[in-house]
Amino acid sequence: MRYFLASIGLLLALLTASAQAQLSIEITGGGANQIPIGVLRFVGEEALAQRISDIVEADLQRSGRFRMLFAGSVEPLPSEAAQVNFGDWKNRNADALVIGSVVRLADGRFEARFRLLDVPKQTQIGGVAFTLTAQQVRTTAHRIADFVYEKLTGDRGVFSTRIAYVVKQGSRYELQIADADGVGAQTALASREPIMSPAWSPDGARLAYVSFENKKPVVYVHSLVSGQRQAVANFKGSNSAPAWSSDGKQLAVVLSKDGGSQIYLIGADGSNPRRLTNSGSIDTEPFFAPDGQSIYFTSDRGGSPQIYRMGASGGEVARVSFDGSYNVSPRVSGDGKTLVYIARDGGRFQLKSLDLASKQGQVLTDGQHDESPSFAPNGKMILYATQVGNRGSLAAVSSDGGVKQRLSVQAADVREPAWGPFINN
Amino acid sequence: MKKLLAVASMVALLAGCASTPKEEPKAAVEDRTPTTVAPTQPARSTVAPVTPRAEQQPNPLKDPKNILSKRSLYYDYDKYDVKDEYKPLLQAHARYLTQNRNAKMLIQGNCDERGSREYNIALGQKRSDGVKKMLLLMGAQENQLESVSLGEEKPRCTDSTEVCYSQNRRSDVLYGGEY
Repeated sequence: MRYFLASIGLLLALLTASAQAQLSIEITGGGANQIPIGVLRFVGEEALAQRISDIVEADLQRSGRFRMLFAGSVEPLPSEAAQVNFGDWKNRNADALVIGSVVRLADGRFEARFRLLDVPKQTQIGGVAFTLTAQQVRTTAHRIADFVYEKLTGDRGVFSTRIAYVVKQGSRYELQIADADGVGAQTALASREPIMSPAWSPDGARLAYVSFENKKPVVYVHSLVSGQRQAVANFKGSNSAPAWSSDGKQLAVVLSKDGGSQIYLIGADGSNPRRLTNSGSIDTEPFFAPDGQSIYFTSDRGGSPQIYRMGASGGEVARVSFDGSYNVSPRVSGDGKTLVYIARDGGRFQLKSLDLASKQGQVLTDGQHDESPSFAPNGKMILYATQVGNRGSLAAVSSDGGVKQRLSVQAADVREPAWGPFINN
Repeated sequence: MKKLLAVASMVALLAGCASTPKEEPKAAVEDRTPTTVAPTQPARSTVAPVTPRAEQQPNPLKDPKNILSKRSLYYDYDKYDVKDEYKPLLQAHARYLTQNRNAKMLIQGNCDERGSREYNIALGQKRSDGVKKMLLLMGAQENQLESVSLGEEKPRCTDSTEVCYSQNRRSDVLYGGEY
């Protein structure tokens, strides 16, 4: 058995190698109550460079909320509900079925139609037709997966969102942006000095981050549309830990210009710095609650680093974390209900979640050096950095801890992930 | 461009700074060492030095026999107070800064890799701020000093061992032109 596993491991390694510099994703563990679903090949999709059904299937599987039923051998392929042999799928305990078709249009573009079917009821849940160019196959497939995910789980899908992360290769650092499935990575910034703490603006059009290109930490805001960037916090001392306000107009940053690391609010263009905390201690890692009313942050004012909360313009401070002697990097889910953070337990750093209403806590990961958590915009997955064999790697875990994924890049250190917002289109 | 580089490296050699380029070689020339004495302005009232000082005696900041060439202070885990053993070192640098009011110093705090990167920026800042505070007490001036943090981002040693960690929990002091 062990030999068998070892050879699978080798096979995976070979597959990863052929995927070049792309993030490859490996799923470990599955969630409870998975929805059994079949995604059939779309009639005519061979005309595209990539099969839409393959991408939809991979998206749904990666979420951990579906159990994929093998659908490769269905002959002839249905493209309408009336052509589906529901009895067959019922016998296989399928809850839902995705069918579709692709046709080439006169102008060279394609039309992709899909239908999501309820197998027990033998009805259509929904369906959409998209017009796409040959380059939009993946985008279209992600939107189909988002539709299916939302209809069947009640939660908005995140397959069309993007992630940012930092890749270190030798002495070169790159801030990269990829689709949520790790494909299509593009470099937004390359530097010979470290880059850290990327943070997406709420509209997904800008990234704030910390760059050491001036031999010290300076906060930049980088437009992903124009490629232009601007140093927005470059005061004497260190400038770091940018966090966007919910309206995207302001940034909370940590400055040491007045002595010690303290939290300030600045305009997104760097204007009008205002000091929010006034302690002789470390105050850092600000994170705006999604309602914009409060800021969570890390402080050692109680003698050890713990998580605190204050009003969005400063004022009264309340301690949020109590267990343990090292709790850092607070992030709040989009619905404001769950806090995740990194806790040190013995010598290990692990991701923990805290239900803010019930104060119920849960350990989500079992790594040695887990850090930098980032919620998916639907709050169902948390992306974080971990270490595998002395090398940085990204991983994701479902908010209930049930589903785990590992994302890795061949021969590089990957760290500092940030999951982007929903894209409204 | 090639010519420029050649000139730059010549100047660097003259300045006696060619050894151990710390970061970028471009920064090898700075105001602290008079490399050439302009022949057009012979000082009348004093005995004009014929050769640059740097060629007579080694730059005190670079001379391995001089305490000023020592630039690193080390810390215990999660600690940022300057240990007593480093006080003579800081006193020497404070004296240099007092005697050379044009000299500028960058103090970089560093951490080992454990824990949050951003929290480590703050911890490194606490280390460099501590060094800065002590230098101010010893006579250096605010406008000569900048304390910053590199957190865990620029480790000197990259293994996950205590030997490495202890080398990375460090403050470095650099003079203008050295970073």
